[in-house]
Amino acid sequence: MGTAWNAHDANKMSSGKAFGQALAEIAKDDPRIVAVTADLAKSTNTGIFGEQFPDRMFNVGIAEQNLFGVAAGLAKTGLIPFASTFAIFACLRGGEQIRTDCAYQKLPVKVIATHGGLSFGAAGTTHHCIEDFAIMRAIPNMTVCIPGDAYECACIIKQCVNVPGPFYLRVGRGMEPLIHESEEDCKDIDGNPIKIGKAMKLKDGNDVTIMAVGIPTRDALIAAEMLEEQGVSAQVINMHTLKPVDEEAIIEAAVKTRRIVTVEEHNIIGGLGDAVASVLAQSGKKCILSKIGIPDEYGPIGKPEDLYAMYKLSSQGIAETVQEIMGAEIEEEDWSDED
Amino acid sequence: MANNISIDELKAKAVELRKNIVETTFNASSGHVGGSMSAADMLVALYFKYLNVKPEDPEWKERDRFIMSKGHCALAYVPVLAMRGYLDIEEVKANFNKTGSAYGMHPSCLLVRGCDASTGSLGHGMPMGVGMAQGLRLQKIDAKVVVMTGDGECQEGSNWEAAMAAAHWKLNNLIWIIDRNRLEIDGPTEEVMGLEPLDKKVEAFGFHCIKINGNDMAECDKALAEAWAYKDGPVCIISVTTKGIGLEDYQGKYTSHYISFGASHKDIEHHFDYIDAHKDDIGKISAETPVQGK
Repeated sequence: MGTAWNAHDANKMSSGKAFGQALAEIAKDDPRIVAVTADLAKSTNTGIFGEQFPDRMFNVGIAEQNLFGVAAGLAKTGLIPFASTFAIFACLRGGEQIRTDCAYQKLPVKVIATHGGLSFGAAGTTHHCIEDFAIMRAIPNMTVCIPGDAYECACIIKQCVNVPGPFYLRVGRGMEPLIHESEEDCKDIDGNPIKIGKAMKLKDGNDVTIMAVGIPTRDALIAAEMLEEQGVSAQVINMHTLKPVDEEAIIEAAVKTRRIVTVEEHNIIGGLGDAVASVLAQSGKKCILSKIGIPDEYGPIGKPEDLYAMYKLSSQGIAETVQEIMGAEIEEEDWSDED
Repeated sequence: MANNISIDELKAKAVELRKNIVETTFNASSGHVGGSMSAADMLVALYFKYLNVKPEDPEWKERDRFIMSKGHCALAYVPVLAMRGYLDIEEVKANFNKTGSAYGMHPSCLLVRGCDASTGSLGHGMPMGVGMAQGLRLQKIDAKVVVMTGDGECQEGSNWEAAMAAAHWKLNNLIWIIDRNRLEIDGPTEEVMGLEPLDKKVEAFGFHCIKINGNDMAECDKALAEAWAYKDGPVCIISVTTKGIGLEDYQGKYTSHYISFGASHKDIEHHFDYIDAHKDDIGKISAETPVQGK
């Protein structure tokens, strides 16, 4: 169906596994780190940590309100809890506890939300989560990150320990292919390593900017290569940190290319596209924006790769959307703000 | 270890707290008086005898923790913190609910010195308390975590998620106090959504349950002594109280949940007289006052 990858032939390393391993790695030297899960130690890979540190792993059973309340309580005694469950159960079943117990009290609870977006495709709508970016962005004190692959995930997990206050990390089910070859390889085109809060340019280009988060970031890169062959020079920016959003990178992209396509595995309402739109509108810079995402509907049952293709989150879909806005005209007089 | 303080001295503190609740409400124009009055005796027993805390060092790592899960009773909680030495009681009474104040209807641990958890949304205290108790145990800190919930609050399912975990993890450093004043906003709990047999429910969840008259200071003292000494798992004290107790016109009535006193200070002085007059038999009055619905 025009997608760049297939879930069954891809992963050498999943984001979930990267989380579990990175957590176990940093926990060796940091006794403050503990983990809490809600009967999903295996699915979220928190169990990798739990096998090595059984005394520091707490399973509350299938009880997400308790999950985040307990995490807040643990944090209040000086610990740094990583609380993991599926994204949909985190942000909606335990959402008030994340907001009131963790975020309002500025506690260093790290919410690890797996199976985000449509990545649990065949599980159906009850297990999809296309609302979390909007919900988590709107919670004061919260930092929101969505790594593009397993190595980015490992880097962000290691960095997030030092992020003050609550933190939300969304990954997929963990079957997606890799962008990078190693953690050391998680660098922008200038060689700067991935850093929470700083957008990461993965490819340079002059005609259009593709800003992506999460799993479709790799498809954005492939789309940009396809577009080169079609005579369009696209730069690709990995917006792994959705909040605080890198406003400078957005304005820079608007000034440079005047055309931005945002790509996210989320409802087009309230996520990356809207974050970019808000920055653009307030900047006064003229820019055409096209948002790729789920058009305010529940995703159907299906293989994730098919669903990504259906919603133009595939390389093919992204390239097509870019071509559509390449044809849109920008009036000459509106270029005056460039200086 | 419990402080050396007599029941009579504790009763005098409870009188002082009740008067502070009335005066604070008067200054703030209105407040969650009913549940604050019902919880007053237990709060005094906790803060003046049992909780091992240092008001001069609120973040002291070894301290006992207290979570006022029924956060609308900040009206009793913040004054008792002030009486214990964390805050200036006059400043609390003057500023409660005022714009820009640290003291709102629900307590914020970021603003109120000595407050261990921000509460207000019901059903959040027990999960946090379970996490605290587990965190203290992991770090080998020998301290208690006391959570006070309302009884209507027990209708929130999250309490039972936490109760299940507390017993499963055998958290013998956790004490759950249910202020069983038998009324919630819309009327008697047993009419709105029945809780009984509450003692059997908490016991079935794995708690050692102690049921007492929570407006009788001697009974509060005895129950807390037993709870502090218990080592086999979590303890639940069902503290049977009367909503609005100490206010002759309101006690036992569901309408005491949130009330205003008159515009003149004279309108509250008869309450002070009643509270003073019943320093020693408030528990008896509580036991004899029927719960009144609509």
